[in-house]
Amino acid sequence: MTCLPARTDKKLGLVIDLDTCVGCQACVTACKEWNTGGHMAPLTDIDPYGGHADGVWFNRVHTYEHMTEMGGRTVNFPRSCLHCDQPACVTVCPTGASYKRASDGIVLVDEDKCIGCKLCSWACPYGAREFDTEVGVMKKCTLCIDRIYNDNLAEEDRVPACVAACPTSARHFGDLGDPGSAISQLVEERGGVALMPELGYKPTNKYLPPRARTGRAARVDAPALEPIRAEGGFLGWIDRMLSN
Amino acid sequence: MSRAGPRGANSAPSQRPLADSRPPNEGDGVDTSPSVSDRIAKTTCYVCACRCGIDVHIKDGKVRYINGNKDHPVNRGVICGKGSAGIMQHYSPARLRKPLLRTGPRGSGEFREIEWEEALAIATGRLSAIRRTDPKKLAFFTGRDQSQSLTGWWASRFGTPNFAAHGGFCSVNMAAGGLYTIGGSFWEFGEPDWDNTKYFMLFGVAEDHDSNPIKIGLGKLKARGAKVVSINPCRTGYNAIADDWIGIRPGRDGLFVLALVHELLKAGRIDLDYLLRYTNAPVLVVQEPGSADDGLLVRDDANNLLAWDRVAKAAVNAADPGAKPALTGSYIVDGRCCIPVFQLIADRYLNDNYSPDAVAERCGISANTIRRIAAELAHVAFEQVIELPVAWTDWAGRRHETIKGRPVSMHAMRGISAHSNGFHTCRAIHLLQVLLGTVDVPGGFRFKPPYPRCAPAGPKPAGKNLQPMTPLEGMPLGFVCGPDDLLVDEAGAPIRIDKAFSWEAPLAAHGLMHSVIRNAWAADPYPIDTLMMYMSNMAWNSSMSTVETLRMLTDKDPSGAYKIPFIIYSDAYYSETVPFADLVLPDTTYLERHDCISLLDRPISHADGPADAIRHPVVQPDRDVRPFQSVLIELGARLGLPGFVNEDGSARYRDYADYIVNHERTPGIGPLAGWRGRNGGSIGKGEVNPDQLQRYIDNGGFWHHELAADQRYYKMGNRAYLDFAVEMGFIAKAEPIVFQLYSEPMQRFRLAARAHGKAQPPDAERGRIETYMDPLPFWYAPFEDEAVDPQKYPLHALTQRPMHMYHSWGAQNAWLRQITSQNRLFVHRETAGKLGLVDDDWVWIESVNGRVKGQIKLIDGVNPDTVWTWNAIGKRRGSWGLKDDAAESNRGFLLNHIIGDQTSAGANGKRYSNSDPVTGQAAWFDLRVRIVKCAPEEAGFTEPQFERFAQPPSFEPSPDVLRFGAEFRIKREAAE
Amino acid sequence: MHPAFSVVFFTTATGAGYGLLALLGVLGGLGFIQPEFWLGLVSMAFALGLIVAGLLSSTGHLGRPERAWRAFSQWRSSWLSREGVASVATFIPAGLFGIGWVLFGKSGGWVAVAGLLAAVGAVTTVCATGMIYASLKPIAQWHSPYTLPAYLIFAGMTGSVLLNAVLQGFDAGSTAVLAGALLAALAGWAWKIATWRYNDRLESPTTANTATGLAGGTVRSIEWPHTEENYLLKEMGFRIARKHSAKLRRITQALAFAVPAILLAIVFALPWPFAAIASALAAISQLTGMLVERWLFFAEAKHTVTLYYGRE
Repeated sequence: MTCLPARTDKKLGLVIDLDTCVGCQACVTACKEWNTGGHMAPLTDIDPYGGHADGVWFNRVHTYEHMTEMGGRTVNFPRSCLHCDQPACVTVCPTGASYKRASDGIVLVDEDKCIGCKLCSWACPYGAREFDTEVGVMKKCTLCIDRIYNDNLAEEDRVPACVAACPTSARHFGDLGDPGSAISQLVEERGGVALMPELGYKPTNKYLPPRARTGRAARVDAPALEPIRAEGGFLGWIDRMLSN
Repeated sequence: MSRAGPRGANSAPSQRPLADSRPPNEGDGVDTSPSVSDRIAKTTCYVCACRCGIDVHIKDGKVRYINGNKDHPVNRGVICGKGSAGIMQHYSPARLRKPLLRTGPRGSGEFREIEWEEALAIATGRLSAIRRTDPKKLAFFTGRDQSQSLTGWWASRFGTPNFAAHGGFCSVNMAAGGLYTIGGSFWEFGEPDWDNTKYFMLFGVAEDHDSNPIKIGLGKLKARGAKVVSINPCRTGYNAIADDWIGIRPGRDGLFVLALVHELLKAGRIDLDYLLRYTNAPVLVVQEPGSADDGLLVRDDANNLLAWDRVAKAAVNAADPGAKPALTGSYIVDGRCCIPVFQLIADRYLNDNYSPDAVAERCGISANTIRRIAAELAHVAFEQVIELPVAWTDWAGRRHETIKGRPVSMHAMRGISAHSNGFHTCRAIHLLQVLLGTVDVPGGFRFKPPYPRCAPAGPKPAGKNLQPMTPLEGMPLGFVCGPDDLLVDEAGAPIRIDKAFSWEAPLAAHGLMHSVIRNAWAADPYPIDTLMMYMSNMAWNSSMSTVETLRMLTDKDPSGAYKIPFIIYSDAYYSETVPFADLVLPDTTYLERHDCISLLDRPISHADGPADAIRHPVVQPDRDVRPFQSVLIELGARLGLPGFVNEDGSARYRDYADYIVNHERTPGIGPLAGWRGRNGGSIGKGEVNPDQLQRYIDNGGFWHHELAADQRYYKMGNRAYLDFAVEMGFIAKAEPIVFQLYSEPMQRFRLAARAHGKAQPPDAERGRIETYMDPLPFWYAPFEDEAVDPQKYPLHALTQRPMHMYHSWGAQNAWLRQITSQNRLFVHRETAGKLGLVDDDWVWIESVNGRVKGQIKLIDGVNPDTVWTWNAIGKRRGSWGLKDDAAESNRGFLLNHIIGDQTSAGANGKRYSNSDPVTGQAAWFDLRVRIVKCAPEEAGFTEPQFERFAQPPSFEPSPDVLRFGAEFRIKREAAE
Repeated sequence: MHPAFSVVFFTTATGAGYGLLALLGVLGGLGFIQPEFWLGLVSMAFALGLIVAGLLSSTGHLGRPERAWRAFSQWRSSWLSREGVASVATFIPAGLFGIGWVLFGKSGGWVAVAGLLAAVGAVTTVCATGMIYASLKPIAQWHSPYTLPAYLIFAGMTGSVLLNAVLQGFDAGSTAVLAGALLAALAGWAWKIATWRYNDRLESPTTANTATGLAGGTVRSIEWPHTEENYLLKEMGFRIARKHSAKLRRITQALAFAVPAILLAIVFALPWPFAAIASALAAISQLTGMLVERWLFFAEAKHTVTLYYGRE
């Protein structure tokens, strides 16, 4: 059913800390590895050892340079499905394959219904959907729906693979619809932003901008060092210090 | 590591499972609880050198998923981009399938498959003949070897001194610089106190060593709002998230650091108390120019080091806790003029040569920035002191109610190491840390047991009295403390094929693997018979001057025989080096083998306690391959090497697993420290425990001992820790470890250069020894800067591995290569503008050694005088299971082609290895280049190009489509 | 956007087919064009043939064409589904109209009702097609007030030029139809030029800054997440050089508008069979030109995902 639910009980999503992401690709391959055997298996790789290697991935990391009057900063930028509140990728779907879950807000594709028209990928401004040409259907991030509720996994492991893997702790998971949740508080504290808000998709996932860009960079307000001017100069100072 | 609360590194409230993780009643038919695995095997990753704990999920006999082990001291549940792609490493189509014997010319890739019995017989025959006649004619060099305590011991039992692993071309400057100064170093030797540090300085790291722990640590710093300062020409990776990025010119870090030292000294912002207690700053140094003891430390008859007591006005034992040593002044002791080490330090670094204004231009950093960083360091170290409420007792029995710390920490690695001035730069960084009093204190840099050890630690390199059929007296690698320890003959010529521990590289603690092929080819200092290598791509990205190296590997003498007569190589994959071997011993993947990550080797300890780990086979090989270590043990037995056979000549160890459990290096000490003793009740020392491996497996593949709270800091002078270290066998005696700001071993070399002592350098080497064996750190320009006309080659050129490939065999990995299969040359936008270059242009990158062609990408985040590229992306056609149109061999390039393996001829006309003159560390990052836009018809493909390798017999073409994981789903859905 | 031939042909062919069908339904059903078997057969064959060929071609774009029937289910939210429903539904009145008008040779009455319903269906279908593109916010060149009218105008234009050609071919030319076709060609031309002007001046509020959440200054891509082109870049990262695009715009103007307009103007003065030949040439030229126009419609459309790749 591609009409959107009037509201969702939860708004599950991710928060990505651009101040901390070093671009190591851990979330990228952890996602690939989990999902290629998971709910949307496989994430097919075409020409994996050749000159036109092209696989299906749910999470990709870009690198940018952001130049402002404050100077330049290199920013590593993970990009995946934002599980929008107003996902046009769902409403454009002619078959009901794309849908947004009323319970948790996760945007999913029911592969059995997908005809592979690719219109949803056109409707997604964020490039979150990737077509599996081998299977002929569209695939996308499931927010690890086969992990977060999986009672075959230890309870502590029921988080998306990318969040579990991230070595710098730059990825967060939770209910962004609950203003009291830890993840919502984090967004609040750090001035988290939505991507392309002007398009009105209302992404659930948020990005925490580099601290330096929001005046929150770590700093040390140290007075300038003054040379020792006391009698006897440096060596005299040493002597006095030792005699104390 | 606190165990309170959820396990693992990613356990912030915003990273936990949903409070109610029961599936909601959505009714969309999604199976939210599919079965993940039939079993989880916990072992150790080996996709790089970080050695994280992994949980391997096995489903239907195949690897379904690999994630980080939350209890593991190295990675605490996280996993990197390589580790998660381990499946593709394990199932690579480039895996070797069976032993190979060369049939075509060397380098063609033409082989026939042979049985293991034939392979072992060939190797045994060859090696046996060498051992009977001249054991040093076996050169055994291993690459990313994590079993050096076995491989080194094997070489020692064989009787060849010609052994080393890849440290010589990786980071020996860092290791030696630290071990000779503070008895420890970065990475395996120590780590920042991530939980307490407030100011973290990161030097020249190429996103590499200690990959996950550093990332976890950076995450902690960010979460706490600690300041991160990076000093690196490139603003990639870790530098991208620094609060302060200082884009220094390559090879100038030492100058920058010593300018910081200058500023701190000048302002009196140093920790005198710390210097007196833990360093040789107060120790007296003889100042009698021309005499044989000039510059040596002053000792009494009992060999105690002496300091000058300010109160007693006499020379006293520097280690006497009651002494009141002077740090400055000039004194007469036994008629000899002498001054404290600290006075020498002050004299040198207070000199205006090291002032920010004097160094700013060379560093490419403004003097104000240097002054600001110095002020910040001082401010945090001295005004933001932290105290942990833990009482402890120092080595002299003094009780302290709290543990005080200056929360400044530092980390440095390859970017510092891989210069010809790297050793002294590393020493300079340690000097800075020690002057601030931040080594092994809360918030500072902390040692990981078994470190610290005496600086330097005890064992000397063995190899002086080589005899057929006779083991060495010790291990081939060790720590030289003076000219008498060198491995040179009467004439001063090197004993080792790589010239390690010779006058050309006196403190070459990790050997010089990068010199072996040239020296063996040139028969300099002597010809060898067999070159045996393991897991190192010496015919490609691990060699300098790759084209030259390939020529040397295939060069023949007038009789038509190869100049390097026989090459045995073991690798798991069809790398560029395999086709150059005469005999190929196929290794297993990391999931099919036993290994031990031993405290005797390169430990994985945490600063809070020692740790070691194992690998064990979690899946069985589907090919006729064997783990190299087991093969080596069998070869040892076939050769009858002492230690590898019982008295009756039978094999002592069944395989590597058997060795790991039953081998004892000294009584009670074996490869693994956990669960020793018959019942597994001992740690460190203890009888062999036949169940040891099972105990490791039951514990998740590793052993970790947590130090008591009062043992965790000031390990160099902490009574409780030192006693523990003795019990464990880490150190011989519970004596304090004194930081060697002034290195007496180096001064001994200088004295030899001045014609003192029995061991004398050849005259041609005296100048180099005199200059570079300076007992205090100093800065000199990287050699290539001096040898090359900077007008003609105005740019520095660097390489680094991308984080998702560091220390790994990423090339054949179907997932990782999708991320990066072409490397660009990154050029500063302004620099490119001046050269008339635009994005995506193809350029020739030219050095004095040749040229290579690649495509550029313009960026802002790089030092404008520096260009850089991702390393080891370029691959040779026919290798790694890659297809002929793969970007790696068509558009990717290796900078190695233009990095000389030798320096330009110097004043004495001699060409040295392109290495640090102290340690022999390969000087990869000294490279100077210019870039020139190539002609339009030359654009679009890289050069030089190489002939395609033939594929080994029974190799199947790599698949055109990969559907990994489909089978799990099919089975899962069929079961529903 | 990647100009996939299946989609370029689909939209061009169905546009012309529905345009023709609508005209036939109205003009034939109401008796403005007298029922005549061969004329009716040929014109309806053209209309339905183009529609069927277009729809078949569109399934070539599908990954799982055997499931195409599922596309009729989500008409409440999806313009693509609405297009599918409308296109199929239109066959019913169109078929009845064809039977009545061509086989029975009737107009008026139920044939007129069927014809008008077919016309309504045709217009609805074209609207739905237009809305598929016009509703896509990530593609500013499509998400514009020009898109829906363009689809309607071009359907009417190609339909009338085709109708004129068929009528002229049977020597049954109508000045009104001819004049309508000429005016439609001129209107299409004007609309296309206006659209291009609009697109060329388009300043999207969506930039690399908003795409990455990095406010202020410039955001430059320095490394992609992958070396080779992936699905996103192949499907949505299509780039066309400005020079190439200008050339194709000129070709579009010539073939789709100028040449047909001139030929149609000449037809006023030409006798049969020359009028028929000129009219046929006008139709051929226009349909060819419209394929180029439609190719450009895709090729010049920029998807916001390209912002992530620095392909601006």
